[in-house]
Amino acid sequence: MQRLKLSDVSKHFGAIRALGGVSLSLEEGEVLGLMGDNGAGKSTLVKIIAGNFRSSTGTIALDGKICDFHHPKDAQRAGIEIVYQNLALCDNMTAASNVYLGRELLRRVGPIRVIDYKAMNRRAGELFAQLKSETRPRDLVRKMSGGQRQAVAIARTLLADAKVVLMDEPTAAISVRQVAEVLDLIRRLRDQGLAVILISHRMPDVFGVADRIAVLRRGELVANKPTAQSSPEEVTALITGAIDTA
Amino acid sequence: MTTLEQVIEGSQHRSYLARLASQQVFWVFLAAVLACLALSMMTDTFATERNLFNVTRNFAFVAIIAIGMTTVIASGGIDLSVGASVVLSAVVVGATMEAGYPISIAVLLALGAALLVGLVNGLLIAFVGMPPFVVTLGMLSFARSMALVLSNNKMIYEFGPDHEVLLWLGGGATFGLPHPLIALAILALIMSFVYRWTRWGQHVFAIGGNENAAVLTGIPVRGMKVSVYMFSAFTAGVAGILMIGWLGSVTTNLGTAMELTVIAAAVIGGANLAGGEGTVAGAVIGALLIEVIRNSLILLGISTFWQGAFIGCFIVLAVAFERIRRFRSRE
Ligand SMILES: Nc1ncnc2c1ncn2[C@@H]1O[C@H](COP(=O)(O)OP(=O)(O)OP(=O)(O)O)[C@@H](O)[C@H]1O
Ligand SMILES: [Mg+2]
Repeated sequence: MQRLKLSDVSKHFGAIRALGGVSLSLEEGEVLGLMGDNGAGKSTLVKIIAGNFRSSTGTIALDGKICDFHHPKDAQRAGIEIVYQNLALCDNMTAASNVYLGRELLRRVGPIRVIDYKAMNRRAGELFAQLKSETRPRDLVRKMSGGQRQAVAIARTLLADAKVVLMDEPTAAISVRQVAEVLDLIRRLRDQGLAVILISHRMPDVFGVADRIAVLRRGELVANKPTAQSSPEEVTALITGAIDTA
Repeated sequence: MTTLEQVIEGSQHRSYLARLASQQVFWVFLAAVLACLALSMMTDTFATERNLFNVTRNFAFVAIIAIGMTTVIASGGIDLSVGASVVLSAVVVGATMEAGYPISIAVLLALGAALLVGLVNGLLIAFVGMPPFVVTLGMLSFARSMALVLSNNKMIYEFGPDHEVLLWLGGGATFGLPHPLIALAILALIMSFVYRWTRWGQHVFAIGGNENAAVLTGIPVRGMKVSVYMFSAFTAGVAGILMIGWLGSVTTNLGTAMELTVIAAAVIGGANLAGGEGTVAGAVIGALLIEVIRNSLILLGISTFWQGAFIGCFIVLAVAFERIRRFRSRE
């Protein structure tokens, strides 16, 4: 079944056209590798899907239903989770608080509702264990390694029952071993029937996990084909513009 | 399997004393206590009931606003207009009561005026996207000017039928505790709770820590910012009402340069001007230290001209302390 379907999505920032008429779809349990040069529009595309921006034209359908997200919360409720480029973490807060940022757990104490740190720490701890990460829920993010930060950002996507997970360069700035862990995690998400969009500049990552590869160049979709029918050489040529389309 | 988890557990529970010693508030508090001890030994005027009453009341005004300021600073902003909000609120109370209205209406109008100041600050900062420094600097000028216009720059000292109630409110005491101190205690308790246990508090610190992340995760950052500036103006409004009751009159130079003292108190108490850090206890203790310095200079017969020098040193020391702590924890 088609999990996610974008039809003719475009986005203008004033006079800048960041995306021009992008159409693509994603099946259940499919990993799409989204590639493109700096400024090609990759982050803009996933931010539109995640409800951070509204598209200038075009529609997004989730499980066949047209969605119109005004707010990241709308997208979250519909089952779309995102790991942002640069992770979007608050250094001054704990790992657990970051995992629950914007959707803190509350418990009743008499007439008021207060933050339930105990439950948040417990659940975050479980998620880190599930990710096989040595991240401690109560530690400040400021003191964490790149891999631990990655785990915090990825744990956020596991909180709710997501249908689509968007990852904007989740493997930038982490060690080889941690990259392998992130890729493993993506496979696990896929096996659970989630659709994943992975943005990365690293060919080996994309060719390692993606079922299909899409290439954006200056806001246009110039390729969208099964990984098996492509090659790093072809993708590189598509990104730089040496080949027009494929 | 036990070893790793035990290590993790162990490192989480560093000794309580070590944690305390790494808090800036702790050292500032220690400095204030030592200063008090030294003063009670060096002078026979410090530890008198009269003087302590004065010290606690005087510091309460700054501390009340410092709690508002700490909230703004923790959210990554700054509010230079609090001194102007103090005088505006005081003049509104004075003028309304002088015209014969009851104190309840006067207080509501004054708080309303202060909240309006905060609302305009917040809207310009959050929705128009102007820098807090510029917006609140402009508001400092505007609100102080409004106070001049309203009072026609005349001293107000006749407060109509509720005259005595106003003086009691700001200058009186209950159970031997000056009312400004009671107001401070209530505010401090509420806000300590709010910082730690409510979403609002968490989101203030999230915005100060990484505003972009806060926006992306769907925290209503704009609305939050408006509420933060309104809260800061509210604390200034409350302080203004209490100050006019304590002084028994209001002139338009009330609260001049108070924003600097308040920011100093917040920073000495550990609020980080880069955002994301600050505590209610820090704000209160920072204000206390400043008042103790001021009081000690007077009691020791040193010219109050020296006050600024001492406070300046403490501000720099506080920031230096923060730097050293950062540096050490990075190793
Ligand atoms: N909020 C914004 N306001 C104005 N222009 C923007 C905004 N966000 C992105 N752009 C512009 O849109 C274009 C696409 O940017 P985008 O961040 O999507 O690129 P990207 O493919 O993610 O690049 P990178 O690989 O560097 O992350 C760029 O020209 C960028 O300057
Ligand atoms: Mg990007």
